[in-house]
Amino acid sequence: MTTLTTLTTTTLEISPDPGSWVTVCEEARLTPGRGVAALLPDGRQVAVFRDRSGRTYAIDNRDPFTGAQVLSRGLLGSAEGRPFVASPLLKQRFDLETGRCLDDDEVTVTVFPVRVTSHV
Amino acid sequence: MTTPTIVLVGHGMVGQRFLESLADRGVTERARIVVLCEEPRPAYDRVQLTSYFSGKTPDDLSMVEAGFMEKHGIELYVGDAAESVDREARTVTARSGRVFAYDALVLATGSYPFVPPVPGKDARGCFVYRTIEDLLAIEEYAKTATTGAVVGGGLLGLEAAGALKGLGLDTHVVEFAPRLMPVQVDEGGGAALLRTIERMGLTVHTGTGTQEVVTADGSVTGMKLSDGSELATDMVVFSAGVRPRDQLARDCGLTVGERGGIAVDEQCRTSDPAVFAIGECALASDGRVYGLVAPGYEMAQTVAATLAEEAGEGDGFTGADLSTKLKLLGVDVASFGDAHGTAEGCLDVVYSDSRSGVYKKLVVSGDGVLLGGVLVGDAEQYGLLRPLTGTVPPVSPEQLVLPAGAGAPVALGPSALPDDAVICSCHNVTKHAIGACSSLAEVKKCTKAGTGCGSCVKVIEKLLPAPADKGLCGCFSYTRSELYEIARALRVTSFAALLDSHGREEARGGEGCEVCKPTVGSILASLNNGYILDGEQASLQDTNDHFLANMQRNGSYSVVPRIPGGEITPDKLIVIGEVARDFGLYTKITGGQRIDLFGARVDQLPSIWTRLVDAGFESGHAYGKALRTIKSCVGQTWCRYGVQDSVKMAIQLELRYRGLRAPHKLKSAVSGCARECAEAQSKDFGIIATAGGWNLYVGGNGGATPRHADLLAQDLSDAELVRLIDRFLMFYIRTADRLERTSTWLERLEGGLDHLKDVVVHDSLGLCDELEALMAAHVADYQDEWAQTLDDPERLRRFVSFVNAPEAPDPSVRFVPERDQIKPDLTILTLGRTNSTLEGASSR
Ligand code: SRM
Ligand SMILES: Cc1cc2nc3c(=O)[nH]c(=O)nc-3n(C[C@H](O)[C@H](O)[C@H](O)COP(=O)(O)OP(=O)(O)OC[C@H]3O[C@@H](n4cnc5c(N)ncnc54)[C@H](O)[C@@H]3O)c2cc1C
Ligand code: SF4
Ligand code: FES
Repeated sequence: MTTLTTLTTTTLEISPDPGSWVTVCEEARLTPGRGVAALLPDGRQVAVFRDRSGRTYAIDNRDPFTGAQVLSRGLLGSAEGRPFVASPLLKQRFDLETGRCLDDDEVTVTVFPVRVTSHV
Repeated sequence: MTTPTIVLVGHGMVGQRFLESLADRGVTERARIVVLCEEPRPAYDRVQLTSYFSGKTPDDLSMVEAGFMEKHGIELYVGDAAESVDREARTVTARSGRVFAYDALVLATGSYPFVPPVPGKDARGCFVYRTIEDLLAIEEYAKTATTGAVVGGGLLGLEAAGALKGLGLDTHVVEFAPRLMPVQVDEGGGAALLRTIERMGLTVHTGTGTQEVVTADGSVTGMKLSDGSELATDMVVFSAGVRPRDQLARDCGLTVGERGGIAVDEQCRTSDPAVFAIGECALASDGRVYGLVAPGYEMAQTVAATLAEEAGEGDGFTGADLSTKLKLLGVDVASFGDAHGTAEGCLDVVYSDSRSGVYKKLVVSGDGVLLGGVLVGDAEQYGLLRPLTGTVPPVSPEQLVLPAGAGAPVALGPSALPDDAVICSCHNVTKHAIGACSSLAEVKKCTKAGTGCGSCVKVIEKLLPAPADKGLCGCFSYTRSELYEIARALRVTSFAALLDSHGREEARGGEGCEVCKPTVGSILASLNNGYILDGEQASLQDTNDHFLANMQRNGSYSVVPRIPGGEITPDKLIVIGEVARDFGLYTKITGGQRIDLFGARVDQLPSIWTRLVDAGFESGHAYGKALRTIKSCVGQTWCRYGVQDSVKMAIQLELRYRGLRAPHKLKSAVSGCARECAEAQSKDFGIIATAGGWNLYVGGNGGATPRHADLLAQDLSDAELVRLIDRFLMFYIRTADRLERTSTWLERLEGGLDHLKDVVVHDSLGLCDELEALMAAHVADYQDEWAQTLDDPERLRRFVSFVNAPEAPDPSVRFVPERDQIKPDLTILTLGRTNSTLEGASSR
């Protein structure tokens, strides 16, 4: 039986700058609890994540502590109900909603708006 | 003003404590200190002497902190004994001819083992048990012996007998008294002890004296006993008590006791006020010579206080506690206080179970004060009962001796102890002093409690604040091993299910965290053996496991193909070379006998591995908390010394355990003979070939805190070796904490190596079948992760730099040349932008 949902594709988009949206990938590409990296037209890299409950997040892919473009390959977690990603290199954690580093008050990464759009 | 000189004769346990006390009190800054040390090495832990046979080296036993003498300007003459004292002139003459003038002389000459004057006592093969040199000689001689006899069934005699047994000798104990440990235990206790000792395979002859040592050509061949029988034996160890070494004092006219010992007053002053005597050589003012270290330490402190001219001079030494606990493999014996019930009107409360060899007796006064006791077969409560001596215990004595479950409702906790109860009798440390510390390490450092015989450690641990929360992380209040048991028993196969059912209340329904996810991922992998990157498991793995490669500082990866046993064909070497050349990778021989290829971009990993898998390579799991390498030496096939084929065994083992997920990485090595070129003793499990098979060592570690591995079993056949390693590894996987190498696990394991032996060699928990079955399942289910990945396009999809531009390489991964190869270009990383962009929007 064919239903409407199987015909629907859900796409993830992020907004690098106010008002503009860039398509990243189909939502189903994201494993819950992990991330992917996307390349922006201007060369910037964004790390996009999906958590267990299906919420999505986007932050700068660059790990400010090492300079490497790796945050998308970190592990997701939650502390006190707030989602974070732990850098795969030196394990500092970044709040996915605010970009604040949980292990160093001085450091923040950029957070990008994300939306999910469905097309039939 | 001239600096006064203090001369110490004897650098044993008490002598060293005396020096430390002087240093603590600043006396070393004001006085010249000279020490004459007869033995060829500075003070060592005689109490733990026997631990030499379980792997402690003479250096491990040393009691002198590195640099101690230099730091305090103490002159130590090792290997030089005091020969005579001229009290008139106040000088000491040493064997070397050196003469030292003193203002104060302290004698700490200890005691010597008493050897009964029987014929043949000086034959080759006769030993005493007092110094490291004695043990070295015993060990050497035992190599050619099959039977050994110990004269004396006291505390030390049994320790020596345990050591002979451990050296593989058929061991006899000959005791003149009608029971073992006559000084410490009463008749009932002696009977229980006898059963336990016999069960360990030792032969005991009580009520029997030694009449003669029988010799042939000057070497021991046997012993004639007082009951007329003869005992064939290759060596004899005398442990028939000790006598104070008071000759020096006698010779210079100091007062000595009728039965020996340098007579001292409460300040430990001898009949000459400029001369003191401390430790086992002293006859204390209460008329006793103390053969234990704790009273000696107290004397050392008393004299140091006196010499420091401290106000009040302390209380002096008036007598001490004679509590003892046997440090013998597998036997629990302790006695404390008035163990024989000599006080008037006292009562005995006895519990005895002859089947299990447990005997407990407490001595209480008419008004309920605990006076002392004897514990055999189960001395668990020793640490608690000893400090309660002299008080009315908070529960009835019956409850204290009954075993748990037999109507004994209470496990008497350390909280019941009064504040001034002495918990560590070796170092005279009270409950109050321990309460000021927050960890065992701190207690040992600040108070020294627990660093002597070690019998108080259990109680100390109970007195310390329990670490507020033993839980794995903010998400789970269980430890890793508890989670393992839960996952195994309830057949949990999903992290989310485990978190929602067994996580902390506030963490349920959440994401977990970077600590528990990989930990649970590893547990699930070791229980289910599935491909680790499918479904939910994919989200649990650390980045390295997720990409089956090790991330480097610039976000590139290293590739390590498995090279079992370090053996590789020229063709395979060429393939590695070609792959490295074609992908421009940096190559290096690792410390693990294989080759690491560095500098791969994530999107290159599948093409690199396609080439490697085609050539017959498999994943080397350099990324996983899993088996790493099993190093080998070249062994019997080529090496002139080799006695077994170490390469073949290393390969066989590496193929067996490859892919095995564990709480931490696992390393191993196999050496072809005792020269140990593969460094097996620094491995989690190390194997050394013997003429008769293989010796298995476990718990070794290199890295930050190196540890030599302990010998688990000897002369194993190939099959026995594999079976024992199966059990060992699975038991470790099951019970270790997160990121706990086998070395730290073994150190933490209650009962240590003995317990491990019980479980994996003697199957004391009945677990071995299950452990072997788990390993068999692992071996049967193993598949190469990289081959599995390459086979499946779905699994390959993650290997891209950018999800929205799968073809684009990551421009931030760049390299610059160095020594004909590449290295990461870190300058682009510090610039923060790989492309200069117009916006210049800061990433902060
Ligand atoms: C590549 C290598 C160095 C080399 O160029 O030779 C290496 C490289 C690393 N070692 Fe090592 N170790 C390497 C041999 C060793 C050895 C020597 C050996 O195995 O014989 C030791 C000491 C032996 C031991 O482990 O007991 C060793 C003790 C460590 C430790 C400390 C472990 C400890 O218990 O104290 C760490 C840190 C850790 O695991 O927590 C570590 C961690 C690492 C890590 C994983 C650090 C990291 O997280 O990035 C490095 C990853 C390398 C990579 O990306 O591929 N490495 N490391 C060696 C790889 C061997 C192999 O073929 O698999
Ligand atoms: C195997 C074994 C197990 C033991 N277990 C325990 C236990 O569990 N609990 C416990 O409390 N006690 C135990 N003891 C006893 C404990 O070791 C002693 O009580 C303690 O060592 C006494 O210390 P000391 O400094 O008085 O004598 P020692 O440690 O014997 O030191 C005396 C030193 O003086 C040296 N010396 C002698 N004469 C001269 C001289 N003229 N010039 C220079 N140097 C000289 C000797 O060579 C020796 O090194 C055990 C002893 C042994 C052998
Ligand atoms: S350990 Fe022994 S067999 Fe192996 S290489 Fe060294 S000497 Fe040869
Ligand atoms: S009682 Fe011996 S170390 Fe504490």
